[in-house]
Amino acid sequence: MNLDRLRPAILPVAAVVVALTIGAVIVAVDGSSPLGAATAIWVAAFSGPDAIGATLEKATPLVFAGLAVIVGVKAGLFNIGAQGQLLVGAITSAYAGYRFAGLSPLVHLPLCLLIGVVFGALPAWLAGVLRAKRGVHEVIVTIMLNTIIFNLTDWLAGGPWMEPGQVISRTPPIVGSARMGRVAGLPTGFVLAMLVTVAVWFMLEHTTFGFRLATVGANRHAAHYAGISVGAVTVAAMTLSGALAGLGGAVESLGVVGRFEPGFNAGLGFDGITIALLARVSPRAVVPAALFIGALRASSSELQAGAHVAPAIVDVVLGVALLLVAAPLLLRWLLRMPPSLSTAEVQFTRGWGS
Amino acid sequence: MSDSEEQPGADVVLEVRGLTKRFGPVVADSEVTLQLRRGEVLALLGENGAGKSTLVKMLVGLLRPDAGEIRIGGDVVRLRSPRDAIGRGIAVVHQHFQLVPVMTVAENVVLGAEPTRRGLFDHRKAAAEVRALSQRFGLAVEPDAVVQDLPIGMQQRVEIIKALYRGAEILILDEPTAVLTPVETDELLRIVAELAERGVGIIFITHKLREVMNGTDRVVVLRDGRVVGDVATADTDEAGLAALMVGRPVVLHVDKEPATPGATVLEIRGLEVDDDRGRLAVRGLDLDVRAGEILGIAGVQDNGQRELVEAICAMRPRRAGTVVLAGREVEGLDVRALHDLGVAHIPEDRDKHGLVGGYFVAENLVLNRFDQAPFSRWGRRDFAAIQRWARQLIADFDVRTPSVYARTDALSGGNKQKVVVARELSRESVLLVAAQPTRGVDVGSIEFIHQQLVAARDRGVAVLLVSAELEELFALSDRIAVIREGRVAAVLDAKSATRETVGLIMAGAAGH
Ligand SMILES: Nc1ncnc2c1ncn2[C@@H]1O[C@H](COP(=O)(O)OP(=O)(O)OP(=O)(O)O)[C@@H](O)[C@H]1O
Ligand SMILES: [Mg+2]
Repeated sequence: MNLDRLRPAILPVAAVVVALTIGAVIVAVDGSSPLGAATAIWVAAFSGPDAIGATLEKATPLVFAGLAVIVGVKAGLFNIGAQGQLLVGAITSAYAGYRFAGLSPLVHLPLCLLIGVVFGALPAWLAGVLRAKRGVHEVIVTIMLNTIIFNLTDWLAGGPWMEPGQVISRTPPIVGSARMGRVAGLPTGFVLAMLVTVAVWFMLEHTTFGFRLATVGANRHAAHYAGISVGAVTVAAMTLSGALAGLGGAVESLGVVGRFEPGFNAGLGFDGITIALLARVSPRAVVPAALFIGALRASSSELQAGAHVAPAIVDVVLGVALLLVAAPLLLRWLLRMPPSLSTAEVQFTRGWGS
Repeated sequence: MSDSEEQPGADVVLEVRGLTKRFGPVVADSEVTLQLRRGEVLALLGENGAGKSTLVKMLVGLLRPDAGEIRIGGDVVRLRSPRDAIGRGIAVVHQHFQLVPVMTVAENVVLGAEPTRRGLFDHRKAAAEVRALSQRFGLAVEPDAVVQDLPIGMQQRVEIIKALYRGAEILILDEPTAVLTPVETDELLRIVAELAERGVGIIFITHKLREVMNGTDRVVVLRDGRVVGDVATADTDEAGLAALMVGRPVVLHVDKEPATPGATVLEIRGLEVDDDRGRLAVRGLDLDVRAGEILGIAGVQDNGQRELVEAICAMRPRRAGTVVLAGREVEGLDVRALHDLGVAHIPEDRDKHGLVGGYFVAENLVLNRFDQAPFSRWGRRDFAAIQRWARQLIADFDVRTPSVYARTDALSGGNKQKVVVARELSRESVLLVAAQPTRGVDVGSIEFIHQQLVAARDRGVAVLLVSAELEELFALSDRIAVIREGRVAAVLDAKSATRETVGLIMAGAAGH
């Protein structure tokens, strides 16, 4: 029973193992020691409270980005704009974080988070509306919005919102009343990420809204027949996806970076796509997937300094894992797994929900 | 074939021995043994879920048997893919055609095995070969027609030509007539006879006993995955086959009292509706359906039936006209609102509209009520209530599924249909719009669904029945409206009307 429930995890775990093995081979071919690299990852990501804290901090925005992508995919939408929405969340919350100084932390921090959520949702909402009303594909729209947002945030951080008297383009630091610290040694942002994960899981699995969303994603004709408004669900799902990405950006600014600085959040949204795939679009698997990527990301400097391995190896490993998950047939063939004739087989013995 | 008695097996082209297939706990086929001879039309008959399609999938390399062997021309073969199967001369025409809609007939036929001239696609040769095949087997298909412009029956013939072009000597047709009009069905039976005449061995799956009697040489009956009968068609009759299939005598005739119609529930005036391509399909249609009656819609396919149904159910916007439901104009109401007013709808295409294939059976049984009590409260779904309801419906409607948690797309075609029918018939409604309600359903279940439709009528539901089967229309309807070119050409009393009259009006004979 319990073993059956783990079956969906077999493929991603196998993909990660194969990817790490290939990574080790490359490291060896490159003349470094795979063992050294492994040690470096261990030291940087897991060896003590500080290392674990760093891993959790790296994983936090990835959880949000992964959830954002998942919410879209469930509704049949590919939100490739998570990166841009995350940046909007990051910069607007950072702005609120330095600008509205003097507020009580009880007001200031939630306000900053809310601003990140709302402004992150905005571009995604627009993409959703264009999709629902005009049939413009969300991938096209979000890619274009990404470009606009990259330039806009660069300009804001190097212009109107730039820290006065500095040469680096970045905003002033966020004041203490809006900073996210640690509770019981855990980064607050990570705690929030876990809570939001549970909420998203509950929404998708247990609520009528989640059912609407999944029905539109699975068969929009049947959704229409069943009286579900495909357009409204499309807009809602995109907006929620953007809100999650925006929240991820806000948590990154308020909890880790302490301000907005272009480049600090690069790639997080795209890692969200990797995570959604590794997690096989299941919110329950997002945290482990994000921790895996977070650990690799947290160790990149130690890899270089401690093991003399180019940190690009991390991207190679992730790329291979992604490829293997995205091409399950290839992996099945490589590992000589029998073709899965029916997922029904698994479903027969399995309940749903929890 | 007269010498087959003296030389048993001499012209057996396909032989199946002990073929078994399991899906987890479900045994879909159990030690199936049968033979197909050259030039023979073999009917494969069985209840929904008996294992017919599964057997076919094994024969064309889509599924691997768990046990047993397949022999072609005497050699044991292992088929790993449809490509393997066609290499051995076996091809199948599935219910869902695998054609590229925007390409021509000739292009579709040769796709994957294109004739070339100096390395380039030789269009002229392709067209010529298709024309030759079409003529040889009397298929009357135009090679340069674009597939999406062809009626379903023609598209099916393109599939058949595709198989012949690849050298098929064994042709399997899985419920080919489920989507055909009666005229198209007769045509297909003629083509099948022609193919058999020229030596093709044919396995023909259908739920319609009349087709078995008229168009096949031998019948193999499956029940619960086992062969329970293998008889020459000439030695049996419809009642005998039905009893063999179901394991009990089946009433092939619907018992019903005369209707006692009440107030008009649905009143349509001057309705105009566009089809998917923006052409007017319903052109000023008037229709009344009263409480407690079954109004049947007869008509040649594509005369506006689909658009009419979808407009009534608010799935398609109307261009003009009024639709009054129980005294209320429903303009501007959406699918959901109509549903809440008591409109139940069995859609004609179960896979496109009626079901979400990846959902559990239980979820599909509440697909349009998922947000109502007791299936949800305060926006939270109540799985225990859904499960209880699903168990009940599965028992009541005899849906053959391993559990309420089976994925719906793993059900057999007829059982999927029963899921849709169960959902719609189990609801309190004032108007039931039933489009092809028994498509793909076995005789035993047709009997049951028909009884349920009559029972709904007797409870005072207004039933609008759209069916391609005149038989079904005559069995159930109290009045029959004949639709032609988007208008009601005539409304007849079902008791006094004859098939000939209805047929003539459908075809547009003068005087109507
Ligand atoms: N992919 C699958 N996974 C699990 N079970 C399956 C799968 N395909 C078929 N089955 C089961 O195998 C049995 C036989 O199904 P099959 O489709 O062969 O029936 P059939 O005789 O073609 O019925 P119908 O007349 O309704 O089309 C059914 O119980 C069905 O639920
Ligand atoms: Mg079938």
